Amino acid sequence: MEDLLYAQPGWTHVAIFFALGAALLMTVLGFVTYAILAERKVLGFMQMRTGPNRVGGRFGLLQTVADVFKLLIKEDTIPKLADRPLFILAPVIAFAPAFMVLATIPFSENLQFADLSVGLLYYVAVSGLSTIGILMGGWASNNKYSLLGGMRAAAQMISYEIPLVISVVGVILFAGSLNLNDIVRGQENIAYIFLTPIGFFVFLISSIAELNRTPFDLPEAESELVAGYHVEYSGFRWAFFMLTEYVYLFAMASLTTVLFLGGWNPIPFLGFIPGALWFGVKFSIVVFFMIWIRGTLPRLRADQLMGFAWKVLLPLALLNIFVSAAVKELFL
Amino acid sequence: MIRTEEMLLNVGPQHPSTHGVFRIVLKIDGETIIEATPVIGYLHRGTEKLAENLQYTQIIPYTDRMDYLAAMTNNYVICHAVETMMSLEIPERAEYLRVIVMELGRIASHLVWFGTYLLDIGAMSPFLYAFREREAIINMLNEICGARLTFNYMRVGGVKWDAPDGWIEKVRDFVPYMREELAGYHDLVTGNEIFLNRVKGIGFYTKEEALNYSLSGANLRCTGTNWDLRKDEPYSIYERFDFDIPVFHTGDAWARYQCRMQEIEESLKILEQAVEQFPAEGPVMAKVPRIIKPPKGEAFVRIESPRGEIGCYIASEGKKEPYRLKFRRPSFYNLQILPKLLVGENISNLITILGGIDIVLGEVDG
Repeated sequence: MEDLLYAQPGWTHVAIFFALGAALLMTVLGFVTYAILAERKVLGFMQMRTGPNRVGGRFGLLQTVADVFKLLIKEDTIPKLADRPLFILAPVIAFAPAFMVLATIPFSENLQFADLSVGLLYYVAVSGLSTIGILMGGWASNNKYSLLGGMRAAAQMISYEIPLVISVVGVILFAGSLNLNDIVRGQENIAYIFLTPIGFFVFLISSIAELNRTPFDLPEAESELVAGYHVEYSGFRWAFFMLTEYVYLFAMASLTTVLFLGGWNPIPFLGFIPGALWFGVKFSIVVFFMIWIRGTLPRLRADQLMGFAWKVLLPLALLNIFVSAAVKELFL
Repeated sequence: MIRTEEMLLNVGPQHPSTHGVFRIVLKIDGETIIEATPVIGYLHRGTEKLAENLQYTQIIPYTDRMDYLAAMTNNYVICHAVETMMSLEIPERAEYLRVIVMELGRIASHLVWFGTYLLDIGAMSPFLYAFREREAIINMLNEICGARLTFNYMRVGGVKWDAPDGWIEKVRDFVPYMREELAGYHDLVTGNEIFLNRVKGIGFYTKEEALNYSLSGANLRCTGTNWDLRKDEPYSIYERFDFDIPVFHTGDAWARYQCRMQEIEESLKILEQAVEQFPAEGPVMAKVPRIIKPPKGEAFVRIESPRGEIGCYIASEGKKEPYRLKFRRPSFYNLQILPKLLVGENISNLITILGGIDIVLGEVDG
């Protein structure tokens, strides 16, 4: 990967990059397919239901595939009074950054697409772009519910980005780098979750809010706004919004693993298990946790959500910087 | 300078949280409600007018479709009104069966409320848990009358079917089971910080306002008014049971929640005693003429349904059909306070307040 990036560009390189990109996209799509199934199965298990169990055998293994196929062959409807160009563009703008951020995530020692020296900053900056897509979709639909949903999404995602970014300052202090690879290497002895528990806590909550998942699913609060910003979307455009959400789930869970759970580093004495597998295990725990939260908690109200971000999470995140610096100075 | 505008938002009649075909036209400024106008009548079936051409026994199935979540109480109110007019003596066993099915219905109704309320607030799982317990009740009621929702179980003078073998034991076993599950609900929901933040202080009204708006049921008892017809104007055999009326004083959605949850417990107490006292044998139907003709005159009875006071007024000319029949449908009266509560609230609270009132559209629209 490294050599390819620094080598003289040529058509072969373009082809290789394209192939690798496609491979990652396929991996991510595969994850999304089974994350949705896992979510439905786990929720079903928590709620005494079986979940999907018809398409693809007893465990519903092909259910999501069938769902996606159905979405793809659906009639493409655009409301008459919608802002056509924006309406068409919105899902793309929402989705592209979700996929772009994956480039910097180190899945194992060797498996990373772009080893940027400011990987973390890149992730945060690019993921912020999705908000525009969502707001755009909410506006372009020319529907009052989706407008309200879009506004909520914008307010929420911008507010929660701040504690999210500040909460990782502790990690940056310990690692002394914004490079995600260096951050993982810095955790060879001890995962940062033990060094900055407050940071982890703030990061986890903010990331759930960033993902618009329960209990912060206000932008698409079904019982209030019907479906929020994507009320008017159907078919594959809607699928793109959903895809965005689940790709972000993938990305955010990966980032949590990298920043706080030690990435591909094994638990002591179990080093013989390959790094990618460790990454997968930690990553799955994070994803499961988010599904679990969804099965348990009710939803916050918009004003409480904002109050929580600015009055609780932000001071905690700031405190975390101080505490982390003190820990680094005194114990490390 | 930013120019702001008020916006008209049409909530319903096909909205996931209006619990049926209820519609509210909201004038909103951002997410703040300035004015709310409820529009009802999408489910109006003219029950009262239809009843004027029906014999009394034929009216009973129509009442099932009013408050379809607690159809047993509706069955009872019409039978009770006719029985009052005819001064009928109801057999013991029938009275016990009626109380048991009505209290089971009350629990089932509160369970549906609990589940859907939490679903409105955004928690998914309690809905399914509540429906599991409700399913147990529905199965029992199905066993006794052959229907899961529209029971058509009571008749003037008694009940249609006697309890099948082992049914009373099932009810007896259900009581401890339900208590256990209820404790689980409290663990999952009642102490939840997010839930408390969503309901505390929301949809507040005072005792005077509640009385002026003629609210009843948990909507009234949440303001500190101790009024429950089962205690204050005992009908059927309710005076034989030892139970309390839960009263709360804060007058907000939180008080209404606590009130309903505790009512489930009180209903369980009644069930426990009713099963204990249940007469071993006896008829379930009084001696009534084949064609029911209440004497000339009028009667008004009221009982405590899960949603509040349900009343039935009958004017009879001594014929087999009523001259005029009128139901006091509690959901309809309870809903009237909604526009007042909504002013100045935001859209998230709209759902909390509307859900807290606990309406059934079949009953609102009659």
